[in-house]
Amino acid sequence: MSTSKPIIEVKHLSKVYNIGHEQKSAPGTLTFRDSIVQTMRKPLEIFTGHKMKQEKFWALKDINLDVQPGDTIGLIGKNGSGKSTLLKVLSRIVEPTEGEITMRGRSASLLEVGTGFHPELSGRENIFFNGAILGMSQKEIKSKFDEIVAFSGVEKFLDTPVKFYSSGMYVRLAFAVAAHLEPDILIVDEVLAVGDAEFQKKSLGKMKDVTADKNRTVIFVSHNMEAIQSICNKVAWVSNGEIKEFGDTEKVVASYQAYDSGANQLSVAKRKDRQGTGVARLTGLKVEENIVRSKELTIKLAIGSNANEAFVDFKLSLDIYDSRGTNIANLLNSTIGKKLTIKPGKNIVNVRMTNFNLVPGEYTINTFLAKDQYNSEIFDWLEGAAVLHVPAYDYYDQGAPPSVNGKVSYVDYEID
Amino acid sequence: MKNELVIRPQKRMHINLKELLSYHELFFYFAWRDVKVRYKQTAIGASWAILQPFITMVVFTLFFNKVAGINSGNSAVPYAIFSYTGLLFWNYFSQALTRSANSLVDNQSIITKVYFPRLIPPLSSTLSALIDFGFASVIFVGLLIYFQFAPTLFGLLILVPALLVTFIAASGAGMFLAAVNVKYRDVKQALPFFIQTGLFLTPVIYPITQVPQQYQWLLYLNPMTGVINAIRSSFLGTAPINWSLTAISVASALFLFAFGLYYFKGQEKDFADII
Repeated sequence: MSTSKPIIEVKHLSKVYNIGHEQKSAPGTLTFRDSIVQTMRKPLEIFTGHKMKQEKFWALKDINLDVQPGDTIGLIGKNGSGKSTLLKVLSRIVEPTEGEITMRGRSASLLEVGTGFHPELSGRENIFFNGAILGMSQKEIKSKFDEIVAFSGVEKFLDTPVKFYSSGMYVRLAFAVAAHLEPDILIVDEVLAVGDAEFQKKSLGKMKDVTADKNRTVIFVSHNMEAIQSICNKVAWVSNGEIKEFGDTEKVVASYQAYDSGANQLSVAKRKDRQGTGVARLTGLKVEENIVRSKELTIKLAIGSNANEAFVDFKLSLDIYDSRGTNIANLLNSTIGKKLTIKPGKNIVNVRMTNFNLVPGEYTINTFLAKDQYNSEIFDWLEGAAVLHVPAYDYYDQGAPPSVNGKVSYVDYEID
Repeated sequence: MKNELVIRPQKRMHINLKELLSYHELFFYFAWRDVKVRYKQTAIGASWAILQPFITMVVFTLFFNKVAGINSGNSAVPYAIFSYTGLLFWNYFSQALTRSANSLVDNQSIITKVYFPRLIPPLSSTLSALIDFGFASVIFVGLLIYFQFAPTLFGLLILVPALLVTFIAASGAGMFLAAVNVKYRDVKQALPFFIQTGLFLTPVIYPITQVPQQYQWLLYLNPMTGVINAIRSSFLGTAPINWSLTAISVASALFLFAFGLYYFKGQEKDFADII
């Protein structure tokens, strides 16, 4: 083909949601009564001048993007930035409000593994239905059936209803179907974040195969920067419904990470999205790490107390989440038998982790402060108080960092 | 270039027939899954599709015929056969309508994750109800043999258009209700009541001749009145088909379909957002 037209061309794409009272309360559970009440209110508003708020929310604002054939584009950004909306519009699940997208090729979307799987149907039946839902023809499914089954590793249970499958088997079968799609354009949403470590490795490998095919264009959303870095040749960073930066993977990921950590260090004291009485609160947080050299990491916390007396049984709890949102560790003062006293005014508490063993990646930390171990008064609870970027490091002192795919932590062991 | 697709805000009445046809496999897959799943984990399986109308017919015959004294309006036609003919078609209509009306909500998880023409679920569920109709017909044949009642050839011919009109009426109302159901779950509550009432507003239990002549046309506004009477008239040879009144029913079915489709297409773009 001599044409050099982009395979996906996004022009001035916008999507607006009306967030009035109706959708905020409970989407999809609107009753006739609600709508009657609303219709009755509208003329009333004219007289009272008391307008019900109908806010417009721009989930996507004037997005422009050209994707060349063979590209693998990563979409990154915070939750709520508009990545998923963009993906849904590209997948034709929701309609844009303005603008248009031109797709020059057959596309398939994988926003979820196992879409349309029915628990009562057997593995075999689900392969056919799921394949059809994802856009495969019956002929295509039949010709790839054996391959799919082999990839999934559930041969023995092919005629068992999938409700009897373990969650691992279920995911493997579902991914196997998806992995055998062969569209020109593949749109994928974080499907790698499922299954056990071994399977994740397998699926990441499959993703690499898929993207290595130069006839295939892939759009891939993930919070996992490593997956993005190992798969994508270009990255679009979405923020507040706009594309903030688009270009080479390394460059965009670096500026995203720099922005992300900067924003977090700045804001701990100023952040409003916190819960608790605020009698004592986190006023500062700083991460000092020396993971690469000595596997040490210290979280310095500044805690300010407005009370007149000291809290002698203070509770400090830090939860660490990985990039998939799994809570992988909890650091709590009472767990290690440490009594913590917080005096009126400013206090500095250091949480020091020695022999740090989490695999490279991005982690977020939630902080929780309470009066005592029984939470009789919750002072301050802040989600995403800090973001940890753990670089690749040589945990086992072998001269090079160990492989990472799908693991959570390194453990010490000996083999005799 | 092949396969060029432009995604942009759609006009209300944009029906891409070519695309719809290219999805014909998925259409049958939906119907196939419906049929497969319907009687899973039941002890007697698809026998329910036979038992339900049969028992209803027996109850009707006992109470409406023997106790209340309603008859078929033609001494040559046993009430059991008479009422079963009505039930057969009424059940198809009501099941097709119920499944169709719930089809989008039941497939919520698919609709929010994958694109396909949204018309597929309501239309394919109307089709899958046809399987139950097939099972229930077995009893009908049994009744004909038991009562040694020979149907007319013309009756057999009218079977296909009768089913077609039922399909059109059920999918028309089904599309409308499915779209409403996405936004207002009241449909799920109101529908069984509506169907129960509909059974009495349709001449299933009683012959239409029991209704004063000047009001009969009103009943024919209900598409199922035309269908059931046409079948009875021809198949059982009770009376000649009243073509002009039947035309009212057919027109009403076509109107339902057009209206349902129009409403559905207008709401379609918001389905994934509000379902």
